[in-house]
Amino acid sequence: MPTLQDTTEQILELAAAHFKVPRAQLNPDDDFFKKLGINSLQALDLLTRLEQHFHIELPDYELQGVSDFRTLAERIQSRL
Amino acid sequence: MLDLNQFNSLGETLNAALDRWLGDICLIESDRERENCRLTYRQFKEAALPLAAALQDAGLSAGTRVAILMTNQSKWLISAYAVFYCGGVLVPLDYKLPADDHLKLLAHSKAQLLVVEYHLWRAITKAEKFGELALRTVLSTEAPVNADLAGAQRWEDFCAPHPARFVPRERKDPACIVYSSGTGGRPKGCVLTHENYLEQAAAVAPIFPFWPGARYLSIIPTNHAIDFMGGFIMPFTGGGTVVHLRTLRPEYIRDAFTRYGITYMAVVPLILKNLQRGLTEKFAALSPFKRRLLNVLIATNRTLTKSKPRLGLSRRLLKDIHAAFGGSLRALLVGGAFTEPATIAFFHDLGIPIYNGYGCTEACTAITVNDQRPFRPETVGRPVRGMEIRILNPGEGGIGEVAVRSKTVMSHYLDDPEQTAETIVDGWLVTGDLGRLDESGQLQLFGRKKNMIVTEEGKNIYPEDIETAFDGLPVKESCVFAANFLWPARTMVGEQLVLIVHPEPGKGLPPIIVEEIAQRNRRLANYKRVGGYLLWERDFPLTASLKCKRGELAGEIRETLSRESVVPL
Repeated sequence: MPTLQDTTEQILELAAAHFKVPRAQLNPDDDFFKKLGINSLQALDLLTRLEQHFHIELPDYELQGVSDFRTLAERIQSRL
Repeated sequence: MLDLNQFNSLGETLNAALDRWLGDICLIESDRERENCRLTYRQFKEAALPLAAALQDAGLSAGTRVAILMTNQSKWLISAYAVFYCGGVLVPLDYKLPADDHLKLLAHSKAQLLVVEYHLWRAITKAEKFGELALRTVLSTEAPVNADLAGAQRWEDFCAPHPARFVPRERKDPACIVYSSGTGGRPKGCVLTHENYLEQAAAVAPIFPFWPGARYLSIIPTNHAIDFMGGFIMPFTGGGTVVHLRTLRPEYIRDAFTRYGITYMAVVPLILKNLQRGLTEKFAALSPFKRRLLNVLIATNRTLTKSKPRLGLSRRLLKDIHAAFGGSLRALLVGGAFTEPATIAFFHDLGIPIYNGYGCTEACTAITVNDQRPFRPETVGRPVRGMEIRILNPGEGGIGEVAVRSKTVMSHYLDDPEQTAETIVDGWLVTGDLGRLDESGQLQLFGRKKNMIVTEEGKNIYPEDIETAFDGLPVKESCVFAANFLWPARTMVGEQLVLIVHPEPGKGLPPIIVEEIAQRNRRLANYKRVGGYLLWERDFPLTASLKCKRGELAGEIRETLSRESVVPL
């Protein structure tokens, strides 16, 4: 199983690719709404992308109250 | 459609609906590619009555308040019907709020029972003030086997073998307490009566008729007045079907249109814009020839639908687009916040009627609806039946504050006579929105009089509720305003909040304090964040009880500083 650090790294890479921003600009503690300039629906899109990558199902509510990559990674890690 | 005049309560109305449409499908619940359940009206009743009987055993009687905290799903509606059957008062809570807010609203509403999805219940049990929660019974849905329920009982097992007893209610009795805002400061619990709902349903039914086979896609949270009407009361009284999706990813919403042949969907502007973006990207990817052809068809459709929507014609002209929306879509209803005319025009040109409305929880949803006869995207339409509108103190161009009188106006704000008296004056609901009625009787909106913003997701944000997030900053004082309240702008788009900071004398605002402001701002839910801060060097005007005189301070700021002085965060 990947470590939390691996998971975080993969999320940052996927987010960078999905929203077409350089990976180097993203950090685990970034507010992804602000950094990526996205709204809540676009964040749900990212969730779908992450589901495909990690082969898990993430209910929409896992994104509730989450706005930084690190917390998102923790939520995903607990389902791996 | 049932004749709603003959009923006194929502319980009685729903009883009649369930007995009338027995074999028709009332609910479909889908989760991604799977269909969780499909219920006829008869099955819905069979699922609800044993629950109602058990709720009565647990002490639910006339007037007992029952909170419901769930995402859009079949158990929401089944539980709500069971509560109405027993004469209870429903308190629908916003599942998107954090657990601390849920606890505050549960306490404020004095709910005695709670029906809650397991993941939301788990969050509540972990909240700091969980110990203060005083509820008689908690029912948790979909709890995993062996889960620690922290005193809750399983919804699925909560049923009694004996028949439930129907408890009649009067039209003026409260049916629901719906919170329109105010978790941080003063909660605004709108007490809505059975009459409010029955009158609203009767007024809107001619515009959005339901019949067996008509399908409504329910994606706005059911606690919101729009979905409670559009995704429960309206379809049930007409024998229609409500489709719930357990995940609201854009791709599953798109899929549901074609899979279920959706007739209506209510959306907030954010979702409408998202749909628009998706379509625009698809159009851009077409070959130049197809693109030109599409533009010709769109222009033709636009010309032919100016005076009224012509669905049959539009479906033939723009076949592929309508097929992507399932081919049965009659209208997208947009409400909850202001929608930009350009977005409405985009869909209108494709022959997909957007009925934009204007309303508020205090008036039990819709006050006006624009049925696009003729096409006028810049207005929110004419008042629905039974709704009187007055423009208070009209100034330049006839613009003034919108006031409403009708049988749909709430009874009062729960336990808050002061706010009630400010909001309902001589029988008129004072909305705080600025507008004018044009010569054809259509309402146009021009911004707000009150100090608040509404996000594109339809969330009402009151600055007072945000201020607590900045309590204890190392500054002399601070407060939050809506930017358009400080500097009135005749617009309802791009609204934002501004934090006013008055530093300690001679200390200024060093980067460390700015960073703390930014950090605290980040901790807020993304839609609640302030857009920037304003450095203010004078003392706030205070009342005798040392509260900030907001109106006065806003006036001083307006005279001294401009919008450009706001430092973005």
